[in-house]
Amino acid sequence: MKKRIAVLLSLSAALCAPGLVPGTTSVMADETENASSGRTELVVGLSQDLDNSLDPYQITAAGTREVLFNVFEGLVKPDTDGNFVDAVASSHSISEDGLTYTFTLRDGVKFHNGETATCDDVLYSFETCAQTATNTAVVGALSGIQDITASGNDIIITLPEANSSFLSTVSSVSIVPKDYKDQATAPVGTGPFKFDSYSPQDKAVFVRNDDYYGEKAALTKVTCRIYEDANALYTALSAGTLDLAFHLTLDQVNNLSNGYEVIEGEMNLVQALYLNNGKAPFDDERVRQALCYAIDIDGILDLTEDGHGTKLGSSVYPSFTKYFDESLVDAYPYDPQKAMELLEEAGATGLEFTIKVPSNYTPHVDTANVIVEMLSAVGINAHIKKVEWSTWLNDVYQDRDFEATVIGFDAAYLSPDALLQRWVSTDSSNMINYSNKEYDAAIEKAQHTTEDEAQAAAYKEAEKILSDTAANVYIQDLADFVVLNPEFTGYAFYPLYAVDFAKIRPAG
Amino acid sequence: MKLVLKKTASLIITLFIVSLLAFLAFQIIPGDPTTKILGTNASAQKAEALREQLGLNRPVTERYLDWLVSFLQGDFGTSYSYLRPVSSLLADKLPVTALLTLLSFALTALLSIPLGIASGSMRSQAADHLAVITDQIIMAIPPFFFGIISCYVFGVVLKWFLPGNYIPLSENAAGCMGYLLLPALSLALPRIAMTVRMLRGSIRDELTENYVLTAKSRGLSRREILLRHVLRNAMIPVVTFLAVSAAEIMTGTIIIEQVFTIPGIGRLLVSSIGNRDYPVVQAIVVLLAAWIMIVNFLADLVNHWMDPRLRS
Amino acid sequence: MKNPTKKKKNRYLLTGGILSGFMTALIVCGFFWTPYSTTAMNAREKLQPPSWRHLLGTDNFGRDVFSRVMQGAGTSFLIAVMVVVIGCAAGILIGSLCGYYGGIADLILMRICDTITAFPAILLSLVIISIAGSSESNIVLALGILFIPSFARVVRTQYAGIRDLNYIKAARLEGVRTPRILYAHILPNTLPILIPALTIGFNNAILAEASMSFLGIGIQPPKASLGSMLKDSQNYLASAPWYVLGTGFMMVVLILAFSLLSEGIQQSTT
Repeated sequence: MKKRIAVLLSLSAALCAPGLVPGTTSVMADETENASSGRTELVVGLSQDLDNSLDPYQITAAGTREVLFNVFEGLVKPDTDGNFVDAVASSHSISEDGLTYTFTLRDGVKFHNGETATCDDVLYSFETCAQTATNTAVVGALSGIQDITASGNDIIITLPEANSSFLSTVSSVSIVPKDYKDQATAPVGTGPFKFDSYSPQDKAVFVRNDDYYGEKAALTKVTCRIYEDANALYTALSAGTLDLAFHLTLDQVNNLSNGYEVIEGEMNLVQALYLNNGKAPFDDERVRQALCYAIDIDGILDLTEDGHGTKLGSSVYPSFTKYFDESLVDAYPYDPQKAMELLEEAGATGLEFTIKVPSNYTPHVDTANVIVEMLSAVGINAHIKKVEWSTWLNDVYQDRDFEATVIGFDAAYLSPDALLQRWVSTDSSNMINYSNKEYDAAIEKAQHTTEDEAQAAAYKEAEKILSDTAANVYIQDLADFVVLNPEFTGYAFYPLYAVDFAKIRPAG
Repeated sequence: MKLVLKKTASLIITLFIVSLLAFLAFQIIPGDPTTKILGTNASAQKAEALREQLGLNRPVTERYLDWLVSFLQGDFGTSYSYLRPVSSLLADKLPVTALLTLLSFALTALLSIPLGIASGSMRSQAADHLAVITDQIIMAIPPFFFGIISCYVFGVVLKWFLPGNYIPLSENAAGCMGYLLLPALSLALPRIAMTVRMLRGSIRDELTENYVLTAKSRGLSRREILLRHVLRNAMIPVVTFLAVSAAEIMTGTIIIEQVFTIPGIGRLLVSSIGNRDYPVVQAIVVLLAAWIMIVNFLADLVNHWMDPRLRS
Repeated sequence: MKNPTKKKKNRYLLTGGILSGFMTALIVCGFFWTPYSTTAMNAREKLQPPSWRHLLGTDNFGRDVFSRVMQGAGTSFLIAVMVVVIGCAAGILIGSLCGYYGGIADLILMRICDTITAFPAILLSLVIISIAGSSESNIVLALGILFIPSFARVVRTQYAGIRDLNYIKAARLEGVRTPRILYAHILPNTLPILIPALTIGFNNAILAEASMSFLGIGIQPPKASLGSMLKDSQNYLASAPWYVLGTGFMMVVLILAFSLLSEGIQQSTT
């Protein structure tokens, strides 16, 4: 039987949403507040609203996932180095043939609603996730499970064939209480923070889970204020309203003058000019290649980030060290002359198209602006259409009604499948309508290869196909600028899109 | 009395027409709400079941009457994008916008009337010129521009308030009013300038009337004439204008809420328009329209009551 | 009694005329020539403060703010002009027929106009845009339609007053055809009222477009209007105040110029 690793599609259209961690509800800027250092309430700013449904299996936006990272956990979960550590399971073991995974349920793990997690809940979670998840990569991976049973405190999962990245799939199945029906509006998990309240377009509040089995969080309350507007968020930040904001641009950070600690990391996003391969003129490979030659990536980095940011070349970002193919970075050197020749060859001179970009994500809007200007140099007349984030999700992501868009895709869990599965021609989240048999075969091969090196090679082959066919104009993994109120410390970057509130603590 | 009845009848008819237009306008738009709710991958049966459940298969007239009846009962339908009743969304946001409107209107009325009287009765030429110039400049400043600048000056530089940190009324009433003060002022400023200009003009006009000369000749002081006779007449057009202001301030909040990040219906309206979340847009439009028309209606009545010429 | 005011009249007209003439010249010039390219980006010239080279400094892409303000004001200006032309032309047509003929059609049309004018333009244009989709021509159309009633009202009142005057009666008796009476005989007499209405409408259109672009449903990049530039510049208020202030100042002066002009015209004709 074939093991089909399902590929979850975590399509998180990740955006770099600047989020901020709000501190206390009213961080008054007066001195008394500073005197009592040791505040345990954090105010965060988010630049986009949360998804309509907060059910962990229904999340599509990276901006929602990175926040709910604090509420939900799987049997195992990733640490900051990308290793999987036990979470709801207290230990796990893998048989020598790699076919049987045994997870021992941790004693006394309590859900946020007070119930104790049982093996039944775990089985329920795997089943529900496999049936309902919007993430096609996860659903695919779970469909490859031959058998899952509980025996005493153990959960035993049997696979038809070995799969070296199966733990990442396990980590993506959030353990939720059986038959709890209100996940969409009042999510309940096992994480270090409990969901408290959410008011659309206003704020979401999380409080510390005092029954957490592991080390309890230092913060007692995290208020995420929702801005949906980069300017409003930035003004709030400048005034000191917020304790934490992430996914900021260099320009924004440079212009802050009020003593925030600035931390630079990587956003872990594949930012690209995504092209609708199913729609003329971008169904013509030569036109797509022409765009690649016409866009000067270094120029974009210089103009928008003073040279920060990492060039990509394909759909994998560098934190996936094993799978990142550096040689693709300069596959299309800046060459406007060649771009014009290709356009002429394709009969697409005087090309005109529209780039839809979510208005709340400054880095994407800035990048789109620069692209438009660069394209005008080769006679392409591109327009920008800024849309609300939820409109982007509806029109571009869901309905695929677009010609081009600038966005960043994140990995919902730590497997290259999380980034690459979505471009398989039959995948329901293949937003760009990419259709390439060789690519499908390469991914299929990678998913069925158990040997590490060979698997990595297969993924790299798939990445090369994306680059050769110029599926998209790959730009960069953005530099992620995080600003934190110096009263706090402990912000940690993960190799995926996550903000861990539990690591943040009062400074000193 | 007869006039009140007539005006009420006309108000109700107009409201009815507005509700019909608001309903029909969103029916002619292409696109099926079921795809919005279920996504494009939903099966045909599922979509059909939802159509049935939403009553989309029934004739338009029937749907309109249904919608109107539930609307009057406070049931505004379900938001496509938030998947919750529109009324529950509005219950959170409408009071915020109402409070902001009220505050801004109060500022407009309280500041513009004394300023207008002062400016109308001013006798120094130089001061008058200065007042007129200031007035013209303030009128030319768009509220959102003033909002941006004041966010920066009072929030970022002076730190008098925290932009983006709206405090709900239920949490801290004083804090909430404090936060709303600047947005209210941004909205009020151009209205104040316009009202002052109007009141000034109307006082000047009245001062040239014969009855003022008569009063003067009877030895009444300028102050007495102004307060007891002139003002009453001069206020008539101003009252109508203030009513229009109340309506315009309410719609002005749509923009100013974005500048100051106030969780009112303005933000909800703009994002719902982007999402084509028509139940929400419909509800907000009809409610705003009702508000505008009721305010105008009240202004008409007050006007009528104040102006003896209209009464006869 | 009239003397002191007479002096002021001229001042309004003079200041308004000079200012709006200057702004119009600047804007028209911007259609053909700007000191720098309005789109070319330059990483080395980002966020430069005002200098002789860049009168209003540069923006976050190193573009000359003054050149962009010229062009952005041009976009706003053109939209406002088209809106006023649509509103005024249709308003004159409807208003003249209603005013001249009266009757039940007049009653109904004016009732509709009253209802529309009761709504602030921004609300209705948001609704129209939400149905028709956001594009420059839709904005012009939406605002244009919304501006019809205010012109129609003004024109109708004038026509209703003039139609029974003796010289019109005489013209009718002489067999002058109705269109000629409507637009050659009566129309010129409505100008003293119509012209201030035009300038006020123009200002309202500038504001409405700016508000819509500020909300993100108006002009889209790379095209700029004063509203969209104000929105973009907000992020750089602290580090590059000239960007916001330059844009905002331009908008204020433009509006001020035309409202002074309208004030001046109004006073000199009453």
